[in-house]
Amino acid sequence: MKDESTRDLLLAVDGVTVDYGGFKALDGFSMTLQRGETRVVIGPNGAGKSTLCDTIIGRVRPTEGAILFRGEDISALPEQLIVARGICRKFQAPGILPSLTVADNIGLAARRDRRWWRSLGFGIPAGEQAIVNDILEQVGLTARRATQAGLLAHGEKQWLEIGMVIATGAELILLDEPTAGMGPAETRRTAELIHSLGDSRTVLVIDHDMSFVEQLGATVTVMHQGRFLAQGDVQAIRNNAEVASVYLGHTA
Amino acid sequence: MDSVALFLPQLFNGLSVASLYLLAAVGLALSFGLMRVINMAHGEMLMLGGYLAWLTLMVVPGAFGILLALPVAFLGTAAIGALVHMGLIRRLADRPLDTLLATWGLSLILQQAARDLFGAIGVEVRAPDWLAGSISLGDVVIPSARLMIIVMTLLVLGGIALMLNRSRIGLDIRAVNQDRMMASATGINVRKVELTVFCAGAGVAGLAGVLLALLGPVTPNAGQVYIVPAFLVVVMGGLGSLTGTSMAALILGLFSALAQIFFDVSIAQMLMLVLVILFLQIRPQGVVAVRSRALDV
Amino acid sequence: MSDPDPMILSAAGAAPGAAPLTAPLAARLAPVGKALPWLALGLAVAAPWLLSAYDLNLLARFMAMAILALGIVLIWGHGGILSLGHGVFFGLGGYALAIHMKLADLPQGEIPDFMQWSGRTALPWWWEPFSSPMFTLLAVLVLPALVAGLFCWAVFHRRVGGTYFALISQALALAFATLLVSQQDVTGGFNGLTQFSSLFGFGLTRPSVVQGLYWVTLAIVVAAYLGLRLLLASRFGMLLRAARDGENRLRFLGYSPTPVKVAAFALSALLAGMAGALFTLHAGVISPALVGVIPSIEMIVWVAIGGRYSFAGAILGTLLINIARDSISSAFPELWLYVMGALFILVVTLMPDGLAGAARNLIERARAR
Repeated sequence: MKDESTRDLLLAVDGVTVDYGGFKALDGFSMTLQRGETRVVIGPNGAGKSTLCDTIIGRVRPTEGAILFRGEDISALPEQLIVARGICRKFQAPGILPSLTVADNIGLAARRDRRWWRSLGFGIPAGEQAIVNDILEQVGLTARRATQAGLLAHGEKQWLEIGMVIATGAELILLDEPTAGMGPAETRRTAELIHSLGDSRTVLVIDHDMSFVEQLGATVTVMHQGRFLAQGDVQAIRNNAEVASVYLGHTA
Repeated sequence: MDSVALFLPQLFNGLSVASLYLLAAVGLALSFGLMRVINMAHGEMLMLGGYLAWLTLMVVPGAFGILLALPVAFLGTAAIGALVHMGLIRRLADRPLDTLLATWGLSLILQQAARDLFGAIGVEVRAPDWLAGSISLGDVVIPSARLMIIVMTLLVLGGIALMLNRSRIGLDIRAVNQDRMMASATGINVRKVELTVFCAGAGVAGLAGVLLALLGPVTPNAGQVYIVPAFLVVVMGGLGSLTGTSMAALILGLFSALAQIFFDVSIAQMLMLVLVILFLQIRPQGVVAVRSRALDV
Repeated sequence: MSDPDPMILSAAGAAPGAAPLTAPLAARLAPVGKALPWLALGLAVAAPWLLSAYDLNLLARFMAMAILALGIVLIWGHGGILSLGHGVFFGLGGYALAIHMKLADLPQGEIPDFMQWSGRTALPWWWEPFSSPMFTLLAVLVLPALVAGLFCWAVFHRRVGGTYFALISQALALAFATLLVSQQDVTGGFNGLTQFSSLFGFGLTRPSVVQGLYWVTLAIVVAAYLGLRLLLASRFGMLLRAARDGENRLRFLGYSPTPVKVAAFALSALLAGMAGALFTLHAGVISPALVGVIPSIEMIVWVAIGGRYSFAGAILGTLLINIARDSISSAFPELWLYVMGALFILVVTLMPDGLAGAARNLIERARAR
């Protein structure tokens, strides 16, 4: 039954509504992601971008609709099983483990066997150690591997968390405002980092910073009040009158 | 007929127990919703209320004394609440478990101070004659003091609801409850709101102390008897919800009274704990769930 | 949200040796610091020759309590779980052994005196299996861990918060103690169980047995200390601290934090049960007054004083507080409660990392100079 287009379909958000006691953070929202794609979601404050991430990752349960990952509805699975299926998310505020070292943060993420009783051992197994080294190199934290993560600078924490998310081996990576609090140089490095993931990962990025969005050069989806508003490349979105009016605070 | 005669008074008893649980818990619940901290010395506010009632009646004996004792206890415990908040709770902001420990230390000191000042046996507050009697409704005899507790609780509950929903400070409280950062950004003095709620909660516990004094002697650990059930009410009620707290108090008060028909007090107490844990399996968010993003963080 | 954790390096067993000691003072202090634990251990081993029988008995009791304190460091300092009900697990271990010793002292077919006084004619059914030493030993270890594991799981698998957990655990301690008092005919009521003459055939009054039991207690303290340090240095320790600092982050890395917490909590309850059994042996009594709300929270103060992240600090804190308690409360009983209350307030507000934290600060300051 599967034709060419559904085989490459990784994620389908299908008519999802999230109702917070009358306030709809998501209102019948739908979108799809192809394998290997990088997608940026933008929208004014309260558009429902973070709720979208929360819903995919299982932190918030949809009131209506379904989330299909590789064709399977994951909207009722416990969080750790969603991660096991291959989805991992970077939070808005850096969600690192402050009392562990940088290398241990990534080592914990890189472990494939996450059952608790398998933690009764020491150190990181050799196979996973190689992943840890690669990722430390990739996010530029090799020199700080033995530092307690809580002592890192803000930008470094962001990269560490991106590194952790990559280390889980997840096929779908959600990055919620990965450049929050970063300067232009750091932002550029983050864009390069996301580029370097290549086609092996599917990445969903949420961000405000239009220059960052431009550097990513990906398809942009615009949300407004929990609903789908527009989709296209950066140029098309820039020229979209409806999008402009939403950002300026007028109702279209 | 026999079972009804046993059941009805116990039901009424349960209502009055629930009322005391609620008065003891409401301040805890509101502060917990606002600040995410529990004041373990809250039980001692009940005790202080009781002693303040006794002192008031020493000065002004008679029926008028007990009416005077209510505002005295409210204001006295509210003032002590203000000291606790400014001296301890505020210093330990964002460390909820440490707040538990520090306020428990305070609770120990207050209990021992009461023991040294008033004696370990406790003091007797003589209820005025119009409260000492009872009212009979058919077969059921209702002690007036217990009726007064229920009436007072309804009045206090109404007062709090009115304050929360109709007054300026109530609006501020609801705002801080929902989103502290935003409330503070819109110019609400969050600290003042917290202080107000904390003091009012302590004051209500003081009122409960006066009512307790009508039921039996005021002892240094008078508060301890009611505080653990009050904690369970907070756990069961849901974050900072007045309705949830009231319902939880009602459930636990009635449960405890009715369980005591069949079991002795200690087993009833154990069963109450089991009930709360089982309840959390079904509704971990409490009787009334506030679904909001602010609470997820 | 979470407390800073400056003791991590030393407590996890990873030596903070990366920074070389440059200051001469620190260089002079370092060997002293290294020798201190060995000195303490040497003194503890030699205690039976150094102390009077009375003082040795006190020390043995306090050592038993230190085993429990080690478990609290694990769950409170490193797991972020505050239990105000550890007296329950201490009590389960204590009562299990006490029931066995009561039964062992009885002539065939008789029941304990307190049961006769309350009009019972037969043993309650659940007393029977405790006549077996094997069952009793197993019960001392398994029963507290099992109860604790179930309790902890019931609360945490529905993601009820840490403050709620503390309150519910206190309610558990209250309910347990009340139950013990009220079911007098089978528990000994307020007086508890007391007057034991022998354990597994060894007379408890013989000096050699008293000394031997002291060394057994000391050995368990040392074993628990080393074992817990090893556990914290393992990946389990990493997961436990991760669950404390970022439960959600851990969950969204694909781990389930609940079993980690439950396992740590059950282990700490197992230690508490052992502590209770050993305490009962040394003190010759277990009663509701030793397991209720106030003793449960007193256990937290031992660890708070010593330093919640430090196993060595917890042992030290337990010994210090109990020695202080013993000397103050015998002379001025009413003063002790003021002291305890004030200690709680002062330590939590001014010295949240306890003595161990203060010592560490001193060392670091010496190093920096």
